[in-house]
Amino acid sequence: MMDSLGPQEWTAIMLSLRVALIATLAALPVAIWVAYILARKSFPGRQVLNGIVHLPLVLPPVVTGYLLLVLFGQQGPIGAPLYNLFGVSFAFRWTGAALAAAIMAFPLMVRAIRLGFEAVDAGLEDAAATLGASRWRVMGTVTLPLVLPGILAGAILGFAKALGEFGATITFVAAIPGQTQTIPTAIYGLLQVPGEEPAVLGLVIVSVVLAMGALLVSEWLARRMARKVGR
Amino acid sequence: MITVDIQQKLGAFQLKAQFEAPSGVTAIFGPSGSGKTSIVNAVAGLLRPDNGRIAVGGDVLFDSADRVNLPPHKRRIGYVFQDARLFPHMTVLRNLRYGGQHDEAQVIAVLGLSDLLQRMPAGLSGGERQRVALGRALMCNPRLLLMDEPLAALDAARKAEILPYIERLRDSVEIPILYVSHDMSEVARLATTLVVLNSGQVAVSGPIGQVLSHPDAVPLVGVRAAGAVITTRVSGRLLDDGLTELTFSGGRLVLPGILGVIGQTVRVRIPAQDVILAKTAPVGISALNVLPVEITQINEGRGPGVAVGLKAGEAHLLARVTRRSAQRMQLAAGQKIFAIIKATAVGPEDIGS
Repeated sequence: MMDSLGPQEWTAIMLSLRVALIATLAALPVAIWVAYILARKSFPGRQVLNGIVHLPLVLPPVVTGYLLLVLFGQQGPIGAPLYNLFGVSFAFRWTGAALAAAIMAFPLMVRAIRLGFEAVDAGLEDAAATLGASRWRVMGTVTLPLVLPGILAGAILGFAKALGEFGATITFVAAIPGQTQTIPTAIYGLLQVPGEEPAVLGLVIVSVVLAMGALLVSEWLARRMARKVGR
Repeated sequence: MITVDIQQKLGAFQLKAQFEAPSGVTAIFGPSGSGKTSIVNAVAGLLRPDNGRIAVGGDVLFDSADRVNLPPHKRRIGYVFQDARLFPHMTVLRNLRYGGQHDEAQVIAVLGLSDLLQRMPAGLSGGERQRVALGRALMCNPRLLLMDEPLAALDAARKAEILPYIERLRDSVEIPILYVSHDMSEVARLATTLVVLNSGQVAVSGPIGQVLSHPDAVPLVGVRAAGAVITTRVSGRLLDDGLTELTFSGGRLVLPGILGVIGQTVRVRIPAQDVILAKTAPVGISALNVLPVEITQINEGRGPGVAVGLKAGEAHLLARVTRRSAQRMQLAAGQKIFAIIKATAVGPEDIGS
């Protein structure tokens, strides 16, 4: 079965994993911070922030990809200074694919983690403070450990989304084999060529296995944590 | 000495609390919604009052005029919440040690926690949780202990399990305690000072014996809760009858049950509605306790009842009789009469050590 996957397909699989992993790891700290702010703080512009966070979820992915191209292209208002100052370039490179995946996965991660924050009883944080714990210690020893299931759910969801991201990626960085061609764009490309059905089937199976694997790992971790908390 | 003088707008009503709490247990008593929890939250630093000043000993914790507002974690105040608030992801031992390890061995021994140390909070009973919460607050070596209705969520049996621990704490630890409750028998058993709150204002405050035996307090604490708390000494046993004899400056009381050991000090609450008054020493009645008393004050309330302040030796008692009886007996301040206390009127929940 796996014989049907040629070197180009394997490159796409490895690239997809790398892009999804980097996108998830880079977006996670920001997502935790934004989720915390949205769950716990009230400030002017909270609804605006909430709207911006959710925008990639409701916009057509092609539009998000186009906006990324305009903003992060080498002539773009963000892309140009990044390239000139740090030599960082996103256009038509795997970093661009990771950026697109991170942006598309971000709202899903924030939603899951925010639910986690909202489920933590703020009274426990008050109790920790009366026991002499500073705000950072409360965060590290009480809040975050209790939000961990939510963070984990958000990370897995984000990883799965990043793995499957298609529209924004192909618009922003195209599908250059070895550079920006991920599993979904590779499947799409192969479908345009007659007689490549075996390779398509191979990539489809890999996609299903990766998605199922991510789900099973998250279930297992969630159960382990639930046992630890004794619920 | 704890000084509290705070104002805070809370929705519809204005909290305006000013009182001083000496060492020992100061109970903050009042109906639900009278602002009790807001006061302890302000002392803990979890609620910022609009105006005022809070000081413990010589240290100012909050002063709106000087812009002092210590964050909760710098106040060194132990707080036992009504719902315990144990950290669900930590063992009992890690919960206990979260704030420090002050007097660890003694706290674990006194509160009977040694069998619970490796358990998770989810597996504990309500009473066990409150004991752990109490131990956790003590182990951070607080200079003041706040207890917000720590027994309210427990049934009578669990209450009876924890009350002795709190009594022992009161008598063995030098830490002052602010104890919030709406249960007078609990308050009478534990408190040395009483602050009565009524819709956000301090209605009356002072040593518990004085406050509760004062006729003016009857409408404030409620007809059922009003009643003197007197300190007595166990002076004898009537083992055949299962009775204990207690003496105090006003005479002798005989109560059912075997209470304490000879010579021990026992606090007894005598509800005002269970005291009967007689102008002459009664004969041929079943009540065992007849005390000669002097009327100090008579307060007519709005209802059919009259609160009568009495002095028995150095102790103050309070009786509540109907207005009709008071008029028929022609009661007046200064009269020497007799108070009859039915021995069974004093329930076990009203007797503390």
